[in-house]
Amino acid sequence: MSLGSWIKSGDPWIWMTASAVGACIVAVLGLLGLIAVNGLAHFWPADVVSLRYKNDLGEFILAGEVVQRETISRDQFLEASPNRGNVDGAEFERWMIKSGNRKFDPPDFRWIFEHEVVEQQKNEEMIVFERAEWGNAYGTLVAIRERGAEIASSYSWDELQDRIGRVEQLRNQARKIQKGSINRINYKLEQLRLEEQRRNLREEERIAKLERNQERLSQLSDAERSRLLTFNIETADLEERRRKLNDEYGLEELRLRNIHGQLDRDEIEIKIADGRTISIGLRDIIRAWQPNKMSIGQKIAHYFSSIWVFLSQDSREANTEGGVFPALFGTVLMVLLMSVLVTPFGVIAALYLREYAKQGPFVQLIRIAVNNLAGVPSIVYGVFGLGFFIYLVGGSIDDLFFKAAQPAPTFGTPGLMWASLTLALLTVPVVIVSTEEGLTRIPNALREGSLALGATKAETLFRIVLPMASPSILTGVILAIARAAGEVAPLMLVGVVKLAPTLPIDGNFPFLHLDRKFMHLGFHIYDVGFQSPNVDAARPLVFATALLLVLIIIALNLTAITLRNRLEARYRGALI
Amino acid sequence: MNQNDQESRDLRRVNLDTTLVESSETLDPNELPDEEICLNVSSLSLHYGEALALKDISMKIPRQRVTALIGPSGCGKSTLIRCFNRMNDLIDGVRIHGRIELDGTEIHDRNVDVAQLRRQVGMVFQRPNPFPKSVYENVAYGLRLTENLPKSELDDRVEWALKSAALWEEMEGRLKESALGLSGGQQQRLVIARAVAVKPSVLLLDEPASALDPLSTLKIEELIAQLKSDYTIVIVTHNMQQAARVSDYTSFLYLGELIEFDSTANIFLNPSKQQTEDYITGRYG
Repeated sequence: MSLGSWIKSGDPWIWMTASAVGACIVAVLGLLGLIAVNGLAHFWPADVVSLRYKNDLGEFILAGEVVQRETISRDQFLEASPNRGNVDGAEFERWMIKSGNRKFDPPDFRWIFEHEVVEQQKNEEMIVFERAEWGNAYGTLVAIRERGAEIASSYSWDELQDRIGRVEQLRNQARKIQKGSINRINYKLEQLRLEEQRRNLREEERIAKLERNQERLSQLSDAERSRLLTFNIETADLEERRRKLNDEYGLEELRLRNIHGQLDRDEIEIKIADGRTISIGLRDIIRAWQPNKMSIGQKIAHYFSSIWVFLSQDSREANTEGGVFPALFGTVLMVLLMSVLVTPFGVIAALYLREYAKQGPFVQLIRIAVNNLAGVPSIVYGVFGLGFFIYLVGGSIDDLFFKAAQPAPTFGTPGLMWASLTLALLTVPVVIVSTEEGLTRIPNALREGSLALGATKAETLFRIVLPMASPSILTGVILAIARAAGEVAPLMLVGVVKLAPTLPIDGNFPFLHLDRKFMHLGFHIYDVGFQSPNVDAARPLVFATALLLVLIIIALNLTAITLRNRLEARYRGALI
Repeated sequence: MNQNDQESRDLRRVNLDTTLVESSETLDPNELPDEEICLNVSSLSLHYGEALALKDISMKIPRQRVTALIGPSGCGKSTLIRCFNRMNDLIDGVRIHGRIELDGTEIHDRNVDVAQLRRQVGMVFQRPNPFPKSVYENVAYGLRLTENLPKSELDDRVEWALKSAALWEEMEGRLKESALGLSGGQQQRLVIARAVAVKPSVLLLDEPASALDPLSTLKIEELIAQLKSDYTIVIVTHNMQQAARVSDYTSFLYLGELIEFDSTANIFLNPSKQQTEDYITGRYG
């Protein structure tokens, strides 16, 4: 077959289109794969190698996990170490070792060259300690001490694990007190303060009103007048409640102090790679494992428990350690709130545009404007949210309903509600457009059928049109979720923070605190990746968090898509 | 006129003659007593924007009879029938002059509730338009709008409506199924049942069989014959045999004008206007 006839046959066109699709698939899978590999590898308990290496600076001993291996050219090598030009070779392999032990043996990440390694071995007794602060520590156990006295002259792994378990229990108890009762008492104390403030304001208002009413004042006797004009509020009941709460607080504090005392009981001594012995309080240790001794099954179990910790725990160490639970929670809650706000708003607007408004150039203009609204950069919405929602609306709400708390703002400050509203505004064009599309797809014959049976226009809308448009409405919501969940820039202005002390939902009335600031996975990625003091330690977390964010969006979308498909199946055949 | 034409014309005549045997009742519709008149249309004109769609139409549609509207496409049959339940109100730029009285009440009157009027004047459209709901919910739709019936009564009414539309036997065990799964003919009868369920006094059928196969068409025609004892039926049709078969009265419209309105037998056997004769013998249309 000649080239000309081959081109004429249309085959090249098929090849071209298919390759475009293929390229897209490769790009998506590559992206997900890269994030997944980098993010998920972080949780694997890698072996700890002990290395002895020699270069012109001397001889060193190091223990740690190999996190990265790469080959560099001679030029790069010379640039990195100018005074080692006497070494032969065109390419050099270098390893990045996570040697941990920050605080007593910095730095915790270092590059070494393979050709400088004199000896490497895996010590079975090597332990990885996950510390509450300063990252991992690597070393072998020398002794366990209880209140300064050595309890086991011989090394005992089980004993160590038991004691770590005890510390964890104590730590959980302490957290429960702090986040539970103490948090609750503080909240109540704050409510008391606000109540007192409210009474003050009311009394002030009463006196001011009286002072304005000269006529009535002149009728009163002097004694009566001064009695009425004296500032006098009843706070005995508040004082009583406050006293009780303070007593309770004292009790909880005592319990907490007791727990902290117990936490300080144990101490361990470890020998690190360079031979020094170092003592660490057991309260600083979260987990310990011996990767070189672990079987593959144990490693897998450890892997999944690490992932669980990542998903379910608060973050530590300026977000570079621990979990992302508050950010995960904040993201999902914010997206759900946004959906709840945007759906009715968008649907009602679309209904008016399509069903009630007289179609003409003006409506067309509005439609074009709505479509263009979707193209406004998201940060602009953030600025609008800050200026309009927070300063104007929030400020007014504070003036009207939260006077007692002033000058501290309640709603006049970034928070969950404003973030959800801003994102709802950002995504409302998407919902309007797809709802309108759904409405046009409903055949007029069905509307007429309903009207001919004596239904009013509103009845037809609610009984026939809206149910049939529901798949399209959900499509709009899906698109809105996809856009909102990934948005970071506007959120930085209207409610997301690096570290929120409390979740937006808790046990204190009214349970959902729309005024609170919250954490968000997208912002978390930015914060961990670019604002963290320890970039090497944070990098795997950036990937893991990014993967989690993608998975969350996929999960939210899949839920909505399943729902939509179910509805679509019901109305299939009735649409044009 | 050549030999062939004459022959085929005669053949048509013969054909129509045989179908007309049953509907022998012939009364001049214009001389009916008032109580026999259901819809009284007088000098009705309708504009779509600037275009005149109906021109000064006057006709008296008798009660509990079948009146057919025939005429070529675009002659205003559908527009006229849609005037009777004010469906034209939904179209922008429609202006109506003249009167339509339903049982003596002007339907365009200010204090006439359109929804109420449409419950009284049911309508069935050219293409079956069942709602994407179950068979039961389709029939119950109109009832649920106004009459707050208890479940058992609602069941009875649905059954009664389906029986009136000769659909009960087929649907008895399938009430919960989606109406979209029915055949075209069943869907059209379901739509008739839906209209009948709210107990209207007039049924408007806008080419109810034009989208159906011959067997379904036959069933619909049988149904119309049954229903006429209880309802005043106005039917728009393209098919002259159908008009001849089902209707008692026929009116012929051409270019928005009512050319002739008479008993079906007279229209088909003895039309008084040349245009009518030309149309029914196939000269145009």
